[in-house]
Amino acid sequence: MANVIKLRKGLNINLKGKAAAQVSAVPASKVYGLVPDAFYGMKPKVVVKEGDEVKAGDALFVNKLHPEMKFVSPVSGKVTLVERGERRKVLSVQVEAASSQEYVDFGKQDPSSLGGEQVKSALLESGLFGLLVQRPYAVVPNPDETPKAIFVSAFSDMPLAADFEGVVLNGQEADFQTGITALSKIAKVYLGVQPGSKLVQTKDAVVTVFDGKCPAGNVGVQINHVNPINKGEVVWTIGAEEVIFIGRLFNEGKADFTRTIAVAGSEIKAPEYKKVLVGAKVADIVAGNVATDKKVRLIDGNPLTGMKTSEDAFLYAHTTEVTAIPEGDDADELFGWISPRVNEFSVSRSYFTWLQSSKKEYVLDARVKGGHRHMIFSGEYDSVFPMDIYPEQLVKAIIAGDIDRMEALGIYEVAPEDFTVAEFVDSSKVELQRIVREGLDMLRKENE
Amino acid sequence: MGLKKILDNMKPAFQEGGKLSAFGSLFDAAETFFYVPNETAKVHGAQIHDAIDSKRSIFFVVIALLPALVFGMYNIGLQHNIAVGCCTDDVLGCFLYGLAAMLPKIVVSYAVGLGIEVAIAQCKKEEVHEGFFVTGILIPMIVPVNCPLWILAVATAFAVVFAKEVFGGTGMNIFNPALVTRAFLFFAYPSMMSGDKVWVNENYMDCINGTIDGYSAATPLGQLGAGEAVTCSPMDTIIGTIPGSIGETSVIAIGIGALILIWAGIASWKIIVSTFVGGALMAYLLRYDGAQNFEWWEQLTVGGFAFGAVFMATDPVTAARTECGKYIYGFLIGVMAIIIRVLNPGFPEGMMLAILLMNVFAPLIDYCFVQSNINKRAKRAAK
Repeated sequence: MANVIKLRKGLNINLKGKAAAQVSAVPASKVYGLVPDAFYGMKPKVVVKEGDEVKAGDALFVNKLHPEMKFVSPVSGKVTLVERGERRKVLSVQVEAASSQEYVDFGKQDPSSLGGEQVKSALLESGLFGLLVQRPYAVVPNPDETPKAIFVSAFSDMPLAADFEGVVLNGQEADFQTGITALSKIAKVYLGVQPGSKLVQTKDAVVTVFDGKCPAGNVGVQINHVNPINKGEVVWTIGAEEVIFIGRLFNEGKADFTRTIAVAGSEIKAPEYKKVLVGAKVADIVAGNVATDKKVRLIDGNPLTGMKTSEDAFLYAHTTEVTAIPEGDDADELFGWISPRVNEFSVSRSYFTWLQSSKKEYVLDARVKGGHRHMIFSGEYDSVFPMDIYPEQLVKAIIAGDIDRMEALGIYEVAPEDFTVAEFVDSSKVELQRIVREGLDMLRKENE
Repeated sequence: MGLKKILDNMKPAFQEGGKLSAFGSLFDAAETFFYVPNETAKVHGAQIHDAIDSKRSIFFVVIALLPALVFGMYNIGLQHNIAVGCCTDDVLGCFLYGLAAMLPKIVVSYAVGLGIEVAIAQCKKEEVHEGFFVTGILIPMIVPVNCPLWILAVATAFAVVFAKEVFGGTGMNIFNPALVTRAFLFFAYPSMMSGDKVWVNENYMDCINGTIDGYSAATPLGQLGAGEAVTCSPMDTIIGTIPGSIGETSVIAIGIGALILIWAGIASWKIIVSTFVGGALMAYLLRYDGAQNFEWWEQLTVGGFAFGAVFMATDPVTAARTECGKYIYGFLIGVMAIIIRVLNPGFPEGMMLAILLMNVFAPLIDYCFVQSNINKRAKRAAK
């Protein structure tokens, strides 16, 4: 029986506009774009020229430091643009999709008969390796290192997040198992699931059940409770749906980046799941489905860990949902510090959230809803941070730039996403995720 | 909406380069006082936020202080009327008398403190922080009613500048600014702060109910300190109809405030409870043998113990910030307050000094808990 870990701390935020459990197809985009920024910590070297013909699975750019690590086109067609920004930074590599899709054949293989190095090189070649994330630093891993473990979380309890087991996984169970088996050749695989999950049966992985509120589904929280990272150790993490990509690679011999993403949020007219390809235009995904009566913020990801996007942008490689919430910058709320504001969500009992049914769905806009302050109230982060780490002290060490103290307080174990619920509840409105990102970058620079 | 338009029209003048840019912080403070800022989340980071902000939390503390403030005003009038010997059952009269005595103090405290804060925020080109709204109401509540206004102004200015702004403002201070104000008064003008002449208002409107001259009303702690018998009953100390600093006398009014703060999750119940536990334990160990009619537990109802435990010790900035540390922090405040009261012949009241002392030690308490986490991690890595 799988080990069950109960987590007391956390906060579930019940937002309006959850995706209905039905999947529909999205018409193919004309142009797909692969965005290097989606692979944090990697410097791209573009290996195609505008006008080149590529198949799905051909490299568009490679990691400058590890050229064997390829990032491949999700579609076959013609490279139309290598979009560059300031200082010639590559913003995206865009491919116009051909009418019929051809895939590079990587060859079907049974991962159980392969060694770790063979699996690794298959992933590097097919562009799937870049989907792994390494901790410490929350960056694309160094392929020369061998991690002590690979962690996969099979659920997300972020608001509006896609339901992996209930919807995304349907019909792809075999690919998921193959993907786990393949990863287990590289290092021991730990799988985190929610209570009642059928995935406890998964082979070649140590399955742990996490019973708690958001962010119990964050892989960082799970690592901290199962096998915490010590200084000098490396673990890799990968999204559950990306494990399916790996399974497809070995079962079908091709790099197929088709995702089932949730298109959700209070400003989406018909929230449901969509089958889309990584790199698709956001406009094509939400076409005709966004409320037009007010200013809307489109988010690549869920409202807690995602980032603001626009209709012209391309779907990032790790994205499992696209959400839309009101922008709210024209709200002009009078006397917010004293009026009851019954429709607002708050952990503080100075609002009336505690009186409402836990089933009430909230419409939250993108406002910060307060002035930025120094940290005033204590214990806020702690109550929603289910890791054996002092979050406030760690963030203060980062602000002070004290590298030794960051190490001592456990910065190697965290990623910015682990602080997102704390950032949500913070009454001083400190940008915790940005600060943690800066701390991780600082440390990485120092250690390299 | 009309008001929004007026503010929007005024805004350019107060911004950098505008005619009134020297008052930018003040305008900013007014604008955020009226309207929730419309600033939206950046591209990266949490896209939604909890509706709670520091402004709302701070104003809830002010609301929690109101019962003690209102009772304090009534008690000013009551003590005055007891002294002149008439009209002690005129509740409204007592309250209005107290209101008239109290208002100037509140105005002076806010004017001096906020004036300095706005000026400094303008120099630093920052928003005005709302922290002083609590400090500014606390200061008049923890001084004797006879404290002259100019002394109050000097002490407030001292505390805002040297206890708060030199450390970097709200959220960065080591000592509770309201208590620093009181400590400043206590050591700089001792004759204004203790003894038995300061607790009954002599200065204002004496003519209404007759004059008083040289009337003395000792607080229970003053009587204990002098080795005299306590003249008020436990019921008086709980209801609060006794001489004392303006806000501190009524345990019931403070209790209502405590419930508001704990319910709203703004003050830490851990600190409040452990302060009372520490105080009770120490009072029991050091219970008086000499004083008649004074039980050990009455130590918790007299003087500033309850007020300090609820409104001063729980200041999140100067208290221990680790959850376990809060128990120890509060416990030691209770213990120290009673030790100073009972064993020290110089100070009849120990709450102020106990809290200021523990403000100094709060980082050390936190250090112990954080260090144990660090050691655990180091040990794990060494394995």
